[in-house]
Amino acid sequence: MAIGIKVMKRPGGQASYLRATLKGMALTFSHLWRPKVTMQYPEEKSSKDWTLSPRWRGTHRMLTDEQGRAKCVACGLCPQICPANCIKLVPGEDEHGNRYPLIYEIDEFRCVFCGYCQEVCPEEAIHVGVHYENAEYSRDRFVYDLERLCAQTHPVSTLWDPSDPKGE
Amino acid sequence: MTFFLVSSVIKIIVVFTVIMVGVALLTLAERRICAWMQDRLGPNRVGPQGLLQPAADGLKNLLKEETLPAQADKVLFLLAPAMSFVPALLTFAVIPFATPLPTPWGDVEMVVANLPVGFLYILAFGSLGVYGIVLAGWASNNKYSLLGGLRASAQMISYEIAMGMSTVAVLLLAGNVTLSEVVARQAQSIWFVFPLSLAYFLFIVAAFAETNRLPFDLPEAEGELIAGYHTEYSAMKFSMFYIAEYSNMVTASALMTTLFFGGWDIPFTHWDNTPPWSPLKTVLTLGMFSLKVIGFLFVYIWVRWTLPRFRYDQLMALGWKVMLPLALAYVTVIATAIWILHEQLGWTYGTRFALALFALNVLLAIPLFFVLDRGRIVAGSVAEERA
Repeated sequence: MAIGIKVMKRPGGQASYLRATLKGMALTFSHLWRPKVTMQYPEEKSSKDWTLSPRWRGTHRMLTDEQGRAKCVACGLCPQICPANCIKLVPGEDEHGNRYPLIYEIDEFRCVFCGYCQEVCPEEAIHVGVHYENAEYSRDRFVYDLERLCAQTHPVSTLWDPSDPKGE
Repeated sequence: MTFFLVSSVIKIIVVFTVIMVGVALLTLAERRICAWMQDRLGPNRVGPQGLLQPAADGLKNLLKEETLPAQADKVLFLLAPAMSFVPALLTFAVIPFATPLPTPWGDVEMVVANLPVGFLYILAFGSLGVYGIVLAGWASNNKYSLLGGLRASAQMISYEIAMGMSTVAVLLLAGNVTLSEVVARQAQSIWFVFPLSLAYFLFIVAAFAETNRLPFDLPEAEGELIAGYHTEYSAMKFSMFYIAEYSNMVTASALMTTLFFGGWDIPFTHWDNTPPWSPLKTVLTLGMFSLKVIGFLFVYIWVRWTLPRFRYDQLMALGWKVMLPLALAYVTVIATAIWILHEQLGWTYGTRFALALFALNVLLAIPLFFVLDRGRIVAGSVAEERA
């Protein structure tokens, strides 16, 4: 052999084919009756073996206060930190001098779901959500406006906590 | 004459329909059983337990776009699916599937065509099936397809010989090539699987190779050849190859049932195989036959999802160096044994005769399974001892 091809030494003399076949068939037959691992998705969304992690970073959700207004104070930190530049924020100010977002839009197609917006938010207003069913009939529907962000009800991500890396 | 024509046409239509529906359900069974063996559930969405899945697949295949490669040989490309599909269905014509059904106009034999040369007909049409595959591979003008076709021809020719040899023993014992006679002989006493166990073993291996099922699915070999001979086929033409493969499985299972497992015979009783015939007997024997065929179909699926594919050289070595000499030697031994029992001792086929042959088979099986099997039947990639 020109180049160093590794040739496996296999126990040819002792290996049997027929009996190994029968053994294999016994194994596959026994699997016929074992419990199945398939999760029947639309009906069954989590099982004892698999649930969505609470740290999952999915589509966003804006939390609201008791009056149902967005908690956002339009500080501008989230569009600043966003690496994908997918948050559009136009701040406004009411007669008491409280800042609020006039326009707050997240383009979920551009978003890379890093979760920085949630981490940076001083008011704990914007969150990434534990949610993954996002199908729409049109591409425009993936730009979520403030109203839609506030209307989301799915749980929010707990993110990864450096002081508690295993989530305990 | 009219009675013969009418009953034949009805039988043809019924058998064709049953095989078609059976094949459709078999594709579903294959997918579900394979899923169960892999701890999955398999397709269970279309209809109760996924029973309408074949209908959905069929509809999809009818509506899909037919592709025709620009460089393909058009005539052969269109002809090939039919050429593999037709022999697969034709073979079933000579297999007796129940006891005769009495009608006011006479008894109807439950076999589409009770040919006196039944078994030879099966060998002839069984080997015709390879033409469809080879032509598909050739006409596609695609190197993978061609390789698949070549492999199919080499494989089928190699295993045809072993298959024919292994059945010679059956014909020796039955003394007839008419399949209904073969069944009748088994119904009288013991099924041929006992006196001819090793022939049955050789036959089942060869039948797997003939139907291109794993571990012998080298013509398809999706890992190496994409989809082998039917790479270029789409829609209903692809479906035809699929149906052909499954019809071949049904036929091979029916053949195993007929040659070795007593056909429609219900074991341990004799009331079912003696006249007067009655519709009840027909239904029960038909049920028995179907049960046996379904059992063999399950074995086909079971083996497919257990064994990996052979390497091409292993396949050829197994066919020519193991199967053929074994089958030849076996025929010699069995012929001698039958001659001694029949001519010298004057026994006729019965329990005593069958048990004597069964004992001989057990004796022969010991060296086969324990000595020959050690790294010789299928040589793995064993390193040659280098000097």
